[in-house]
Parts: sequence; structure tokens; C-alpha cells
Amino acid sequence: MTAKGIRIQGLKKRYGSGDTAVDALKTVDMHVAPGEVVGLIGPSGSGKTTLLKCLGAVIEPTAGKMILGDDVIYDDGWKVKDLRALRRDRIGFVFQAPYLIPFLDVTDNVALLPMLAGMPNAEARKRAIGLFRALDVEHRAKAMPSQLSGGEQQRVAIARGLVNRPPVILADEPTAPLDSERALAVIRILNDMAKKFETAIIVVTHDEKIIPTFKRIYHIRDGVTYEEEGEGRGFE
Amino acid sequence: MHSWGKFVFTGMGLGLLIGITLSMAGIYRGMVDDAKVLLDNSGADLWVVQKDTLGPYAESSSLYDDIWRGIRGMPGVERAANITYLTMQVGKQDGDVRAMVTGVTPGEPGTPGWPPYLVAGRQITRSHYEAVADIASGFKLGDRIQIRRNHYTIVGLTRRMVSSNGDPMVFIPLKDAQEAQFLKDNDAIREQRRRTAENPAFNRPGVPGLLDAVIASQSTNPYVNAVLVRVEPGHAPEEIAESIRRWKRLTVYTRSQMEEILVGKLIATSARQIFMFLVILSIVSSAIVAFIIYTLTLGKIREIAVLKLIGTKNRTIVGLIMQQSIALGLIGFVVGKISATLLMAPIFPKYVLLQPLDSVMGFIAVVMICVLSSIIAIRAALRVDPAEAIGG
Ligand SMILES: Nc1ncnc2c1ncn2[C@@H]1O[C@H](COP(=O)(O)OP(=O)(O)OP(=O)(O)O)[C@@H](O)[C@H]1O
Ligand SMILES: [Mg+2]
Repeated sequence: MTAKGIRIQGLKKRYGSGDTAVDALKTVDMHVAPGEVVGLIGPSGSGKTTLLKCLGAVIEPTAGKMILGDDVIYDDGWKVKDLRALRRDRIGFVFQAPYLIPFLDVTDNVALLPMLAGMPNAEARKRAIGLFRALDVEHRAKAMPSQLSGGEQQRVAIARGLVNRPPVILADEPTAPLDSERALAVIRILNDMAKKFETAIIVVTHDEKIIPTFKRIYHIRDGVTYEEEGEGRGFE
Repeated sequence: MHSWGKFVFTGMGLGLLIGITLSMAGIYRGMVDDAKVLLDNSGADLWVVQKDTLGPYAESSSLYDDIWRGIRGMPGVERAANITYLTMQVGKQDGDVRAMVTGVTPGEPGTPGWPPYLVAGRQITRSHYEAVADIASGFKLGDRIQIRRNHYTIVGLTRRMVSSNGDPMVFIPLKDAQEAQFLKDNDAIREQRRRTAENPAFNRPGVPGLLDAVIASQSTNPYVNAVLVRVEPGHAPEEIAESIRRWKRLTVYTRSQMEEILVGKLIATSARQIFMFLVILSIVSSAIVAFIIYTLTLGKIREIAVLKLIGTKNRTIVGLIMQQSIALGLIGFVVGKISATLLMAPIFPKYVLLQPLDSVMGFIAVVMICVLSSIIAIRAALRVDPAEAIGG
């Protein structure tokens, strides 16, 4: 096991307190190496969204440890002051829907993040365009989001998740609205990007079409994770 | 995306409101400007009117038509001329026109009260039945018009000579105007003559001709509305005004006092109405901008949550919403300015003076309204929890 990527040890999350308390995460242990794409699957109410929110630093876990790269970001309390900057610089997000900003063109939708991190505008745009080339949407760089097809929008959203070169990407049902061909294309892209940028990618999914593609899968049931070998089909 | 269309349509609707607002301001400016032109073109330094009245434009005023002689003789007075003003219907074959009929004393061009320049034709040269009309009346050279019982021929045309209500001016000789002003219509005259003739007091034996003299006196009118005074160069109008007040026991206004009366008293009511309109339109515009920006923002809660999740600062989100709001204002202002200039001002029946300064102030107001209106939306956006971006 390498030290990089993301490592989660004994993570717990309790919502509420007293009689109405819900232990959404009881024991979560995970490790995703750089360049690896793992699946996170589980029945409804098992705690997938809660785990993503903890990893995404938008809700605070109750106990446990989260290590990102070499840095402990959570150890029974946040070890990072600026969670907003943590999310901006070190965690990429890809969602079920692209959620692009409708009045910014495609390039600026992606370049916005490095710009916010202080990168000069021209350089940020150049980096966005570079990603578009890799994701095959370069020809749409100047278009408005509404002028793109659903698949193109999703690829732009992936570019946005990658643009700050985060060590980890959290993908929340990224293929749910797509047909199986497009769903597999998105997974292929995520695999390519993981390799190319040494990113650890966690894909939360219900999607039967893509489950066989993972080499490693974490099952979560009642707030407890179980690791499992996946079939790892198709992306060697 | 349909929200884009909604945005543009709202901007255009807002633009029409802004256009109306700018036109309203333009109407007010136009009225003030008309009033100044009216005063400038009268060629007078002083207005002598009936004691304790605000005449002749704001209130009725009447003076004996021989008073001007005494004023003419006073030191420092270059010219003094009678004038009458009467707003009435002026008849033409194809319908009546409301006009301010102005009676001017015969003389040469430059006499106070005369139109200072003509765009066509010539000044009145005969002492009866000739008229000079403002082109806004729609009359043309050679037209025959009817004022009360008499017909007049249009011999000259002026431009931008209108009353403070915006009615075009029609100049006719003073004597005709006095008659028009004070003689009632035919029936009334006939009736008055009949009653006079039946009155035994005027039919006393031994006093022949009494009845005729009385009727004649009833048919002439010795009043005018004001005397316009031009002061000799080198004399202060206020001093001359003071001596006329003292010696003639009349009310005298200087140019600036007259302007104060016209703009301050006469136009003030319209100005208040227009101001109320501006306030209402501003409120309506704010409500529209606030509503549309708020609904657009609510429709983008998920995107805002995503922006927050991926680390966008609140300041940036506020900036993006403001930018939307100001963009809406800009569309509105451009549409408004264009519609006011090209659409509304030309078709409006009054003179609309669109001043650049008003446009600049309007623009600032629009931007401020847009910024203020986006506050509700901004508050909603700042309340969004970044955790909402991660699916349910
Ligand atoms: N804000 C909250 N307050 C209290 N309980 C919560 C809250 N959010 C989630 N829970 C509870 O925590 C448990 C895990 O919920 P979570 O949303 O993580 O499930 P999930 O695996 O994402 O389910 P699904 O597949 O249906 O989206 C559930 O029992 C849920 O009711
Ligand atoms: Mg969920």
C-alpha cells in the first residue's frame, strides 16, 4: 500500500443526539491508491451519501481518521482550517448532473476553479483547454453549457473535477442518467484520467452497467464498509 | 436554455419601463425648456400684470390697454407693448386645434411679444385678419383659420413657440385678439344687444344716440393681459421693475421671477405627477428585477451548492449574481434608451427633451436598483449548504 491517495480509518458519523440519533457511519475503512478507481455501492440508507459528504468536507464526521496524500485532514476533528480551500485545491467532484454555470462559457466554467485558487486567467483557460483535448470536447470550448449535449456537458463537468489536479475525486452517481454506452465511456475517461493525473477516484453508484468495471469495490451496509475484489473488466 | 430567454425578455420588459421613465423625465425637461423658450421668445425683460396676480401665464390678469403709454415714458424703458393670451379652439375646415392665441401690438419686428424668427412666410403686416402660427398647430401658409367669428389667413410659421401647456401659439393682431378674447359668440352678443335695447333707461326720449353709444361701448374691449417691457441697455431690470411697481401700482415680474412662476408654480404640479410616476416605475422595476433574479437564483440552487462545494468563495457567488442583475439592468437600460429616443419621444404629443445628464442619472439609478434588488437573491444563495450538492 502506498502512502498517497486517500485513506479512511474507523470513520464514524452520528446524526442528531439522544433518542433520535442515527449512526449513519459506524466503521468505515477505505483506501484508494493514486491512479485507482474504486466503486462504492450499497443499498439505500446504507450511508453512501453521508460518507461522500464527510470525504468532501461538507459535514463533520463524529470520529475516526481521514488522510489525504501525506496529510491527516481529520483525526477526531478537522486538522485543516480552511475547508473551502481544501475542497477547492485537493478534492475534485463529479456529480450525477453536470451543474455547469449557465452564463459562463464552457472554458470559464472549468477555468473558474484554478482562477479562484489564484492562477492567472490565461493559464487557467489554457489548462481547461488541455483537459478538453483529453476529453474530446475541445471543439466546444467557446460554447455556452446549454449548447452542449448531455454527454458533452458531463465531460466538461469531469474536466472541472480534474482541473485543479486534486489527489482525489469523488464521483456521485456520475453515470445515472446515461445509457450504457455513454456510462461506460464516462468510466473509461475516469480510468484514463486517474492514470494520467495519479488521482484516486471513488465512484458512488447503483449502476449495474458499470459495477463490473471496478477492480476493487467497497460495499457499505448499515454504515459498515466491506472490501471486495471486482471483475475489473474492460480497462486494462 | 429557457432561463436565458426569460432573462432577455425580462430585460426587454424592464427596458420599456425604463424607456417610459426616461420619457417622463424628458417630458418634464421639455416643459421646462418650453417655458424658457416662451419667455425668451417674448423678447421682454419685464412683465407688467394686474396688481397681485401671477399673470399672464399662470393666472388671469387684465390691464387697461393704455397703461403701456405711461410705462413707455418711464426712464430706462426702451419699449413697452400690450399683449393678450387666450387658450382656445382655433377652427379649420378639418377640425379644431387647441392653441394659445396671442394678440401682439402692430409695429415692426422686434416688438416685444412678436415671434423673433419665422421658419416660413412673413410677419403680420396688416392690422386685421392675418395670423402667424406655430408649425406644431399643423397649419400651413395660406390656410384660413377661424377664431371666434373671424377668419384669418396664415402668413407666417414659427417653430417651438408653445404655451406652458404645450399648446402651439397663434399670433394675431392685438385688436382682433382683444375682440376675440372679450366678445362672446354671436348669439350672446345678439342677446345682449336685445336686452340693452329693451332697457328703458337707454331709450329715454331726448337723448338720441344713447343706445348706439352704449352698444358700441359694450362691443369694444379696453383690456389686455400684460404689458411686455424691454429695458434699455445699461439699466437694471429690477430697478425699472421697482419704479413701475411704485409709480403705477402694478405687479411687475423680471425674467427670473417669471421663470420661477412658470417652472416653480405652473409646472410644479406636473413635475410632482411625473416624480410620482418615476417613483412608482422605480419600485415596479425593482420588483421585477428582484423577482426575476430571485427565481433564477432559486432555479440554480444546485449549481450554487456545487460552486460552494468546489470551493468558490461567497464573494464570487455574490459577484456572479450581481453580474446577472447588472446585465439585466444593462439590457433594460439599452432597450429603454433606444425605445425612449426612437420610439416614445417622436410619437409623444409633447416636446420630449432627453438630456444626457438624465440618461446618466437614469443609468446610475438602474444599476443601483439592480444591485439592491439582487440582495434577496444573494441572501438566498448565501444560505445554500454546499452539502446539498452531494446527492440525496
Ligand atoms: N441530515 C440527516 N439527519 C439525520 N439522519 C440522516 C441525515 N442524512 C442521512 N441520514 C440517515 O443516515 C442514514 C444514511 O443515509 P445516506 O443518505 O448516507 O444513505 P445513502 O446510502 O446515500 O442512501 P441512498 O442510496 O438512498 O441515497 C439513513 O438512515 C438516513 O436516514
Ligand atoms: Mg444517497
